[in-house]
Amino acid sequence: MADLQNLQSVPHVIPEYQYQEGEYTVTRGSAWSGPGCHLGCGVLIYTDENERLVKVEGDPENPFNQGRLCVRCLAVQDVVNSPKRLTSPLKRKREDRGKDAWEEISWDEAYDIIYESITTLQEQNGKETLFTIMGTGRDISPWLTRLTFSLGSPNCVFAMSGLSCYTTRVVGCIATSGSFWVGDYSQQFPERYDHPDWKAPEVIAIWGNNPVVANSDGLFGHWVVDCMKRGSKLITIDPRVTWLAARSEAHLGIRPGTDAALALGMIDYIIKNDLYDHEFVDKWCYGFEELAAAADEYPLAKTSEITWIPEEKIARAARMIAESDGAVLQWGVSLDMCKEALPTSSAAFAIFAITGQIERPGGMISPSEILRYSAGWGYEELIEKKTPEIAAKRAGVWKPEYGLLRSGISAAHTDTVIEMLETGEPYKLSCLWLQTANPLACTSPDPKRTLAALAKLDFVVAVDLFMTPSIMALADIVLPVSTFTEKDGFRVGDGFQRCETINKASDPGNTKPDTQINLEIGKRFNPEAWPWDNVQEMYGAVLRDCGGIDGTFEQMRDLAPAYLPFEYRRYETGKLRPDGQLGFNTPSGRIELWSSYFANSNLPPLPYFEEPTPGPLATPELLDKYPLVLTTGARSWWSFHSEHRQIPSLRAHKPWPEVEVHPETAEKYGVSDGDWVWIENQRGRCKRVVVVTPTIDPRYVSTDHGWWLPEEKGAMDDGLFGMWDVDCNNLLEWKCGKAGFGSNYKTMLCTIYKVVEGDEHNVWKGDAAYSYAPKKGTE
Amino acid sequence: MAKGLLIDYEFCTGCHSCEMACRKEHGLSDGEFGIKIAEFIWPKRAEGLDWQRTDDWQYTYIPVPLDECDLCAERTAAGKLPTCVHHCQAKVMQYGEIGELALALAEKPKQTLFRP
Repeated sequence: MADLQNLQSVPHVIPEYQYQEGEYTVTRGSAWSGPGCHLGCGVLIYTDENERLVKVEGDPENPFNQGRLCVRCLAVQDVVNSPKRLTSPLKRKREDRGKDAWEEISWDEAYDIIYESITTLQEQNGKETLFTIMGTGRDISPWLTRLTFSLGSPNCVFAMSGLSCYTTRVVGCIATSGSFWVGDYSQQFPERYDHPDWKAPEVIAIWGNNPVVANSDGLFGHWVVDCMKRGSKLITIDPRVTWLAARSEAHLGIRPGTDAALALGMIDYIIKNDLYDHEFVDKWCYGFEELAAAADEYPLAKTSEITWIPEEKIARAARMIAESDGAVLQWGVSLDMCKEALPTSSAAFAIFAITGQIERPGGMISPSEILRYSAGWGYEELIEKKTPEIAAKRAGVWKPEYGLLRSGISAAHTDTVIEMLETGEPYKLSCLWLQTANPLACTSPDPKRTLAALAKLDFVVAVDLFMTPSIMALADIVLPVSTFTEKDGFRVGDGFQRCETINKASDPGNTKPDTQINLEIGKRFNPEAWPWDNVQEMYGAVLRDCGGIDGTFEQMRDLAPAYLPFEYRRYETGKLRPDGQLGFNTPSGRIELWSSYFANSNLPPLPYFEEPTPGPLATPELLDKYPLVLTTGARSWWSFHSEHRQIPSLRAHKPWPEVEVHPETAEKYGVSDGDWVWIENQRGRCKRVVVVTPTIDPRYVSTDHGWWLPEEKGAMDDGLFGMWDVDCNNLLEWKCGKAGFGSNYKTMLCTIYKVVEGDEHNVWKGDAAYSYAPKKGTE
Repeated sequence: MAKGLLIDYEFCTGCHSCEMACRKEHGLSDGEFGIKIAEFIWPKRAEGLDWQRTDDWQYTYIPVPLDECDLCAERTAAGKLPTCVHHCQAKVMQYGEIGELALALAEKPKQTLFRP
């Protein structure tokens, strides 16, 4: 058992996690659950004598955010206390799906219905007939995976085509280098920037994310700004001029979806100009010659033609990375959200491998883990060993080319799930547990197809904070969930793991924490797999099972925030491999630029680029109708994915979905700032308000995602809260990369035109929506 | 001694945390501001350059304290920082005595000092 003494705690002026300040009780904790993002900033939660949430402040003693907070946490009381919250379990008759015909029921009745319905369907169709959909990675993964597996099903799904968010880069990295990699912003040290071993990155290459607004990989985005003040220079690879791009030595205004070509072009430039780290490559990389040969096909001129970035900028960026003593690849989900995501992220990472930016101060470091649950909690024990025949039924694992699904993750393959729902082959999926996820308005492409597939289910349970279009369209039972101020839990998640605890401060009313719901339902079905009387006992068990730690929730709360010991260059000391051998945790012990893992999975072993399709070079015949390159998913300060649209104090500052258009393009298309337009491609259209800005290439337009309009009528026949009009997923398709990972969420062709009277809506009435079938040849 | 706010606008990212923190501290409604971000975004040379080669941007945010700003008198009396300074994500705001802030102002360009 690991020793809790190994964790370095941060002292507090007031040692107790809960104390009185004037009329308020202050509870120190972590913001890791809905509402809001998956960072888990340190917070001080202020409640009154009735345990009502008054406000949240940033915890200045917490090394992670050092007192800082974004607008969403500063307004979290408006979410927690919102009159729109779900406050009671609800039921609705199967035939009333899509109608606002909910009936409030007790938790006991809800649990009884869930138990009876799922039990009946599993008896009829097999245990695997149940699947679960998991929302974004807040406090969810261990509990929902365990619930899935303890109910005998191998199918826990993240509802994006090609699992194209984070998992893709993690899986790709583990296959090629034995570990995931994040930039070194001193986040592993409680002393942060004052730690003597740390130095600021000389170069931070921001690639496919806008970190000050977004929050991927456990990165508090403003750490980049902290490092700029300490001398870090920036490169930004982004189709838009962001604030960070404007402060960069080189802004590469990449054509969306061509990142792999850019990476290969940079590798070629670095090798041809002898800028790579010979010693690191000789000792610690495998397949350099083969990589060099693959990159040889991408000389600067050709790379520039593909990516639309001037040659001199590509060269300057490549040289800056290669010549720096400490360079960070600040990568984001854009590298996951392209169809061939695995070779794309492999190519981007290879730049930093061949220039030796690995495991050094201010470079790329492998995040240490306190809890290891990337395969979920209990997959091996509850599924793999117990029922190998069920393990073989995990959606997609039977496809030979999806070998990486069998490489230490337990996710079921989402695109395969959609096909299974449509065909009933190789077996019938009949019931769904949907937990803090909104596939129709947020994660899933082609909402018509997604809805028609999911509508076939015999039974759907949803667990959420608010009513959503997905719940209105699909659910039979709804369970209201608590927010992070209303529950106990751990924040031990993505990025560099530190131990934080989520501490209950405000009265949850009749809602329950997601963890408690999962425990209580799990217990009904399989008491042996859930032997704990309460969530605190369950947290002790996850510490043992996933962390090898003999400790309790209360002990962790006393320690929090707490840090693991860290040292650089662990490949030289055997600390990156479980067997203690030197090097990286791959078959060759080296970073595999030529990947034996990919080769063994029948995938190309070297990084490659494929033109995004449709796209200006791949489908020039579409350019007459759809001449603009569209990218999606631009982040906003005022909302997180599809959350927050019903919170007036946040919505007021960004009331509508937007599309950014260059002034020349706006003039050409006859649209002005503030106009409502349709963005349309060959698959569908969505409505947006035009923002005219010089910060985007005249050939691109960019829009934000996750939109629905809670103030509109919700019933299916009334348009699902305006979702059909404003969901940019109308333009997307279910189509994943060769390996089963990655999908083109961020690159397609489109046109824009003004919304005119009589053409203000996409009409998708219930019958049409529930029975939609994709046309052949469009998929 | 008079107090003020020193703002390093070289590094203000325009995240609006100061505005929201202020609004919540002072009980302001959604359209009201005790501090507001001013925005200056354009290419410095607007003519005759293709977009991919336009590198020289004016891309600046400056938070400006307004009439509702009392420098969080209640908070500072209790030994806390003004809430905008406390929550500023880019850590570009300093609260202190005007004389001391003026010395810090002399040390670095792209700063501005407010006495609200």
